[in-house]
Amino acid sequence: MGDEEVPGARGTEAALPDRRAPIGRRVFLSMAALGAVGIVIGSRVQRVVGSAVGTGLGGLLPGGDRFRLYTITGSFPVIKPEQYRLRVGGLVERPLELTLADLQSMPSTRLVRDFQCVTGWRVPAVHWEGVQLSHVLDLAGVKPGAAALTFDSYDGADTESLTIDQARLSDVIVAYRMLDAPITTAHGGPVRLYVAPMYGYKSLKWLSAIRLVDNLEPGFWEQNGYSVDAWVGASNGRTDAPIR
Amino acid sequence: MSDELVSPTSGAAPPPVVGSRVAAPSVGRLLRFDGVERVAHWANATLFTVLMATALPLYFGSIESFVGRRALVADIHTWCGVALPIPLIISLAGPWGARLRRDVRRLNRWSSEEVRWLRSFGTRTVVNADKFNPGQKLNAAFIGGSILVMLASGSILKWFQPFPLSWRTGATFVHDVLAAAIFAVVAGHVLFALTHPQALRAMVTGTISKAWAERHAPGWLAEELTSGLVPDEASSPG
Repeated sequence: MGDEEVPGARGTEAALPDRRAPIGRRVFLSMAALGAVGIVIGSRVQRVVGSAVGTGLGGLLPGGDRFRLYTITGSFPVIKPEQYRLRVGGLVERPLELTLADLQSMPSTRLVRDFQCVTGWRVPAVHWEGVQLSHVLDLAGVKPGAAALTFDSYDGADTESLTIDQARLSDVIVAYRMLDAPITTAHGGPVRLYVAPMYGYKSLKWLSAIRLVDNLEPGFWEQNGYSVDAWVGASNGRTDAPIR
Repeated sequence: MSDELVSPTSGAAPPPVVGSRVAAPSVGRLLRFDGVERVAHWANATLFTVLMATALPLYFGSIESFVGRRALVADIHTWCGVALPIPLIISLAGPWGARLRRDVRRLNRWSSEEVRWLRSFGTRTVVNADKFNPGQKLNAAFIGGSILVMLASGSILKWFQPFPLSWRTGATFVHDVLAAAIFAVVAGHVLFALTHPQALRAMVTGTISKAWAERHAPGWLAEELTSGLVPDEASSPG
C-alpha cells in the first residue's frame, strides 16, 4: 500500500515526500508481539538455541562466569567468616553448632559440576569444595523418625528441603569454596549448600541451619510452584541435560 | 487546539515558541528540536545509559567483582527501568508536546523512497530526504519497542510471582537477547552522533544550519520553507 503512487501527482508534488507507510508503528508492534511470544514460549526457544550452541545463550556472550544472582529479600546478608555458625538440630542425637573452621577441618570433597538454573542458564564446570552433607548428618546422628531436612538461610527468608536419601547423595555438599575461591557474599558465602544433581534453587545460599524433621516441608521456591524433587532434566517441565 | 498554535500550516507566523528554552532560530538556521524534545531525548538517554551501565555488572560476574554493592546496583537498574517511559509520556502528553508528537508521526511514516531504502538494506540512497533519515526512523521505532518489551520482561523478572514459571524463563531469554541488540543499536546511534557533530549539536542547541538541511534533509527544508517558518535571508532585513 505504501508503494502506491497517485498517477499524475508525481510531477507537481515531487518536492513533498509521500509519508504514508506506518513502518515505525509496524516495527514497534512487531517488537511488542515478538516480546510477548518470547516471554510465553521463550523457555522452549531457549532450549533449542541452547542445545545448538552447547551451554545456553550465555555461551554466545563473552566474559564473566555467567551466574545470575537472585535474592528473595533484595539484599545479601554479610556474614564474617569468623562469626559464621551452622546449627544442626531437630531430630538429631547431638545438636551441633559448627564454625567455618570446624567445617574446613572435616574431610573435604571437591566437585567440578555444571550449575543449572531452572530459568534456563547453565554455568559449565564450576569448581566446588566442601563437606559431604552425609558426613555432617553422621556427626549429628539422625534420630529414627526423621524423614527430611529443612535448610534455613541467613537472609531470613529462603528455606529449602531434601529427603534424607537425597541428602546422603555423594554430590550433595555443604560448600565453603566455589570458583576456586572462598564463596563470595553474592554467591551465598561463606557457606552454602550445593546439591549437584538438582536445579540451582536447591543450593541454598548463606546456609544458617539444618533441621531434621519428620515430614518434608517444601522450601520457599517450592511453595512458589517449583518442583520439590528438583532433578535437573526431570522436573519443573524442563529437559536440560542431567548434571554429572 | 494547542497543536494549531505551533503548526507549520498556520501561515507566515513567527517561529513557534514552545517554552522559554526555545529561542527563535537565527537567520539561516532551522529549529530542529524544541526544548521539550531535547529534554525528553536527554532524559531518555540518561536512563538508557544508567540501565546499560548497571546491566553489565549484573550480567557479568567478573565486572561485578570489582564494582561490588550488587543490591544497590540492582535497585538502581530496577527503578531506572520503571522510570524509563516517564520522560516520553510526560513530554508527549501535554500541550507542550506538540512538536514532539508531530515528529513522532513523522518518524512513523515512511515515504515509498524510504521503504525502498529499507528493502535494499540501506544500499539505495534517499534523494528527497525527510527531517529524519530512515535509519533514524528505524532507530526511534526500535527504541520505542525496546522500552515496552524491556519494561514488560524486566517486570516479570522482578515481580515473578503472579506469572507461570515458564514465563520467567521466557522473560529472562527476551530480556537478554533484546539487551544485546540494544547495546549494538545504541552503540551505532552514538557512533553516528559522534561522526555527525552538526546533527549532534542540533540535539543540544535545538537548531541546525540551512546548509545542513539542504544536504541531508532537503524534503524537510522544502516543507519548512513553504510553511514560512524559516527566516529567508533574501527577504529578511540586513
